[in-house]
Amino acid sequence: MTVASPPAPPTHEDPGAWINQQAVSGRRRFTNALATSWMIGSLLLALVPVVVIAVYVVSRGASVMSVGFLTKNMQIVTQLAGGGIAPAIVGTLVITGVAAVMAIPLGILAAVYLNEYGRQNRTANVIRFMADVMTGVPSIVMGLFVATIWVSSGLHSGYSGFAGSLALGALMLPIVIRSCEEMLKLVPDDLRQASDALGARRWRTVVSVALPAALPGIVSGAMLAVARAAGETAPLLLTIGTTNVVNSNPFKGTNTTLSKVIWDNAQTPFAAATDRAWGAALTLIVIVFVFTVIARIVSSRFATVKR
Amino acid sequence: MTTVAPPSEHGASGPPAGKAGGKQVDRVFRAIAFAAGLLVLAILALIAYTTTNKAWPAFTHQGLSFFTSTHWNPNDDRFGALDFIYGTILTAFIAVCLAIPASLGIALFITELAPKRVRSGVTYVVDLLAAIPSVVYGFWALAVLTSPAKTIYNDIANSIGKVPVLRNVFGGPAYGSSFMTAGLVLAVMITPIITSISREVLTTVAQDDKNAALAMGATRWEMLRVAVFPRVRSGLIGASMLGLGRAMGETIAVALIIGTSHQVTSHIFFPGDSMAAVIAHNFGEATGLSRAALIGLGVVLFAITIVINIAARSIANRTSAMTGARA
Repeated sequence: MTVASPPAPPTHEDPGAWINQQAVSGRRRFTNALATSWMIGSLLLALVPVVVIAVYVVSRGASVMSVGFLTKNMQIVTQLAGGGIAPAIVGTLVITGVAAVMAIPLGILAAVYLNEYGRQNRTANVIRFMADVMTGVPSIVMGLFVATIWVSSGLHSGYSGFAGSLALGALMLPIVIRSCEEMLKLVPDDLRQASDALGARRWRTVVSVALPAALPGIVSGAMLAVARAAGETAPLLLTIGTTNVVNSNPFKGTNTTLSKVIWDNAQTPFAAATDRAWGAALTLIVIVFVFTVIARIVSSRFATVKR
Repeated sequence: MTTVAPPSEHGASGPPAGKAGGKQVDRVFRAIAFAAGLLVLAILALIAYTTTNKAWPAFTHQGLSFFTSTHWNPNDDRFGALDFIYGTILTAFIAVCLAIPASLGIALFITELAPKRVRSGVTYVVDLLAAIPSVVYGFWALAVLTSPAKTIYNDIANSIGKVPVLRNVFGGPAYGSSFMTAGLVLAVMITPIITSISREVLTTVAQDDKNAALAMGATRWEMLRVAVFPRVRSGLIGASMLGLGRAMGETIAVALIIGTSHQVTSHIFFPGDSMAAVIAHNFGEATGLSRAALIGLGVVLFAITIVINIAARSIANRTSAMTGARA
């Protein structure tokens, strides 16, 4: 580094360096500065809600947090203090977990079809496009759908955790498909050709070459889908009913989740209920955050695989 | 729909015949994967069919006035949904108007301004906005935002709210839970998706085109105006429409802060109601015809969001071979 180096040429990173500032009129410079501050200002503006909501949820939530709050059954009379949110924690984990068990394998299989078999044929393009469209279906509509075909149909009677899982699974499916397909796309074709050259059949190539190579990205995408599903409320209002005691069986009896506890308690004027909602909000945010962080760690730790 | 494998695009001329069972396994595996893909189409078709089917009694009972009447009263079987359709559209419109400038600014910051090292960090922070659950947004806004918002709204109502034409939009008396509050929170919630798609679209502009503009002596802003914006206009429209679709379908946050009031009004500081919010509040207790009417609201919502999403995706896809954008 002691060798005298020629002055560094301006890089693409910094287009401003190309301009001789003296040659630019004041008005043009002002407009440019205005545009720059708009960009920076927008970013700062976006930080405000993240920070403010995080501060409120953590400070208000921490004041009600205790071992009892996390492990006790729910208070039956909403306006009284006391009780815990254990049923909601269990419900959130069980319902989201069952949804993930259904949606992730199906999503990966669909992505395998799109990237390894269908590629650019018309059916694959239609499925790809509709998967994108499906990510925009409102979650309340997914709830209505499950409420009509499952909860109040002859197939099954009444509310259950599993009904909620069906709705969450349907919401997760397109997200998993699209993120998994993107990851499979990043696997270089050389690897597939090498596998082909060794005499492996296509399914063998997919299972032992393409999927393992894309695994970190797939796990990270699936985690983000799980995180999103864990925070959902609208479809669960129409599908799971409610309960005050822990129900770890998704197939039998009504259930509840953290998001539903927040919804129920948010709409009452009582201080005890509001406190409970803040506590549930903190717990929910922590769960969502843990999934998001796992996704980040998995994808950055194995980032070299993605090239 | 073909079941024959398309010609391999991996370059190999297909694997040589191995064990006799291998071909069968391959065929079965392909069929299973294909079925999983078809599931997407099946679910969408089933949503359309079952919800329309269940809502049909309400549609036939109410007729076209389902869309044109503001008289919604389940007790005497009147289901005019115009109030709620209007509320959905107005809140989504406010949200998009607020979110577009901010999202575009952030997307430009990421693509044009930020050094490579901070890019992924900024993207991550914006995605955090999408990670906050809807119910937390709604609860926070109800508990914390509504009372200062009311004060600010009243200040606005007392100043520009006195000007003759603007009076119809910004006039008082203002409510903390109102169209405006719902639109504001929705704007925050749809910023990540508009930013994400805008960023994808912006990165498709060739660096050479930008360099050409800069070499002519353009400032960064002039370069954006001549070399970037003309290329990405339709992509940005697509991104905004996706945001609009999200805002219309958003339920829980809106249900908590829109104020639950039946009215069609141009006053954005008045309380109202949206289709999704009405379903969330009333579905649990509804039976018979009123349940069918609520499902009918769902059908209308589904139809609107599907049309918007199809149009938005088509526009955004046409602009660029964008692939990675999703949120």
